[in-house]
Amino acid sequence: MTRREKENLRTGLLFISPWIAGFLLLSVYPLVATLYYSLSDYSVLSPAVFVGLENYRNLATDPIFWKSVYNTFFFAAFALPLGLLVSLTLAVLLNFDLPGRGIFRTVFFLPSLMPMVCLAVLWQWMLNGDLGLINNVLRPPLDAVNALFGTNLTPPNWLQEPVYAKWGIIFTALWGVGQAVVIYLAGLQDVPRHLYESAEIDGANFWKKTWHITLPMISPVIYFNLIMGLIGSFQVFAVPYVMTEGGDGPERSLLFMATYLYQNAFDYWSMGYACAIGLVLFLVILGLTLLATGLSARHVHYEGN
Amino acid sequence: MPTASLTRPLKVLLICCLLVSAWAFLAPMLWMLSTSLKPLNETMTLPPVWIPSEIQWRNYPDAIAAMGHFWRYAGNSLFLAIMTVIGTVTSSALAAYGFSRIEWKGRDKVFVILLATMMIPFPVVMVPLYSLFKSLGWIGTFKPLWVPAFLAGAFSVFLLRQFFLTLPKDMAEAARIDGCNELQIFWHIILPLSKPALLVVAIFQFMATWNDFLGPLIYLTEQKDFTLALGLQSFQSQQGGTAWHQLMAASTLVVLPVIVLFFFTQRTFIEGIAATGSKN
Repeated sequence: MTRREKENLRTGLLFISPWIAGFLLLSVYPLVATLYYSLSDYSVLSPAVFVGLENYRNLATDPIFWKSVYNTFFFAAFALPLGLLVSLTLAVLLNFDLPGRGIFRTVFFLPSLMPMVCLAVLWQWMLNGDLGLINNVLRPPLDAVNALFGTNLTPPNWLQEPVYAKWGIIFTALWGVGQAVVIYLAGLQDVPRHLYESAEIDGANFWKKTWHITLPMISPVIYFNLIMGLIGSFQVFAVPYVMTEGGDGPERSLLFMATYLYQNAFDYWSMGYACAIGLVLFLVILGLTLLATGLSARHVHYEGN
Repeated sequence: MPTASLTRPLKVLLICCLLVSAWAFLAPMLWMLSTSLKPLNETMTLPPVWIPSEIQWRNYPDAIAAMGHFWRYAGNSLFLAIMTVIGTVTSSALAAYGFSRIEWKGRDKVFVILLATMMIPFPVVMVPLYSLFKSLGWIGTFKPLWVPAFLAGAFSVFLLRQFFLTLPKDMAEAARIDGCNELQIFWHIILPLSKPALLVVAIFQFMATWNDFLGPLIYLTEQKDFTLALGLQSFQSQQGGTAWHQLMAASTLVVLPVIVLFFFTQRTFIEGIAATGSKN
């Protein structure tokens, strides 16, 4: 290293020192500690006692834990693809030169500004079985079907029925996709127009242009939103927690991995067990992110690479 | 996409699609507003009415009174938001400068580590953080909620670095030849040019703090120290969901500052969001 290089290294590290401190204290230390606590019997009040893999053995046979895993995967498996579909469709619609698109963009974006707690309180009201807006919209068409076929269909009491409760949370999540819409729209507007123009000369229709130009060109943005959505949906906590008034829903249908982690840590003070759940959650997110990255490597197209 | 090729009926169809979706996104917000202005008995009529027979403004002061320490909650949220904005903007700008305007060995490898830390979910690290703050005697104080902001958030560093990379090099070079050190270049040249990006980071941090729920939930112990988000949750769980008119009024009051902030900074805001997804 020359003197100049050494000096640069020193200055560079000095500038990033707040981040280095944060990295060590808020990322490295807690991750290592989570690993250690997950191998311990720990309640915060007394020092951790090493117990080996006991917490993990208990997790493996804990039906409530598996319920939380199932619920979390169920939520992500629907909220992620539906969110992708809704936000991308809205962005494509907004990308046409239609009147009022600025206003539409604002309307789609506004709900994503809502704090989680407000979102949960509002949607608890929206999904109310008798008085909620959702069921008041659903009732007339269902009544029409009933009149025609002599059936007896009624809209569900969303958050009180185990089969429907998670769908309530999924709808709530879909209503907040506005940020993704804005990000997709920016990606769409970066696609050079001349690509479309030359495709039109070759006689390509809308679907052909979408498949061969739009999707490949915005694939990095799709990848970005997918990863962010994945990380977010696997730690779903606040909305179901608030909607159930700090509980986990009928027959634990709204118990997610982060909920169970929270319950163990702060309701039962089983911090060691909570850390074991946390580590599993982290590995799930890490594994799926790596998987998505591997799968997308062939399909994501970076301009200029 | 250009619409020159769109036929008139197709254009009308697309606008109809937009109108229907816009209604789906707007209706819940209007419903919240409408409920917040109704007398209690009118929240229970079937089919529901959109326009209350009499606008009951009283729900707002009633909700504020029922929440107990509303103005304290608001003050706490504001205090935390201001502290975290100051902390994030200063520390992240310094770190972003180190990651973009100074060439040092291994810089880009370290930056990849920074990006990787964005993947660590808060629930995974919250137990060790809780016990760390407990051993410092910080549980039940605001400190766990704002001190970490002074240690540069990965996302803010990422956004600011992207921006700093686009700034021309020649001004900084000239200043260097004139004998300025890096801190002077950072302060006198880079920061004044970066006001829009700094504003984006400040707005995002303000929102994140205002909206945060899990952090205040685990670190705050006294009712009077609650933030607005936590206060609203505690009001809702006491209510058990009956006084919907007051709950909606309280919700509206908690959202309002965010909406106002958005309308004042709309352009910066939207551009900031759009920038997060680009050039990865």
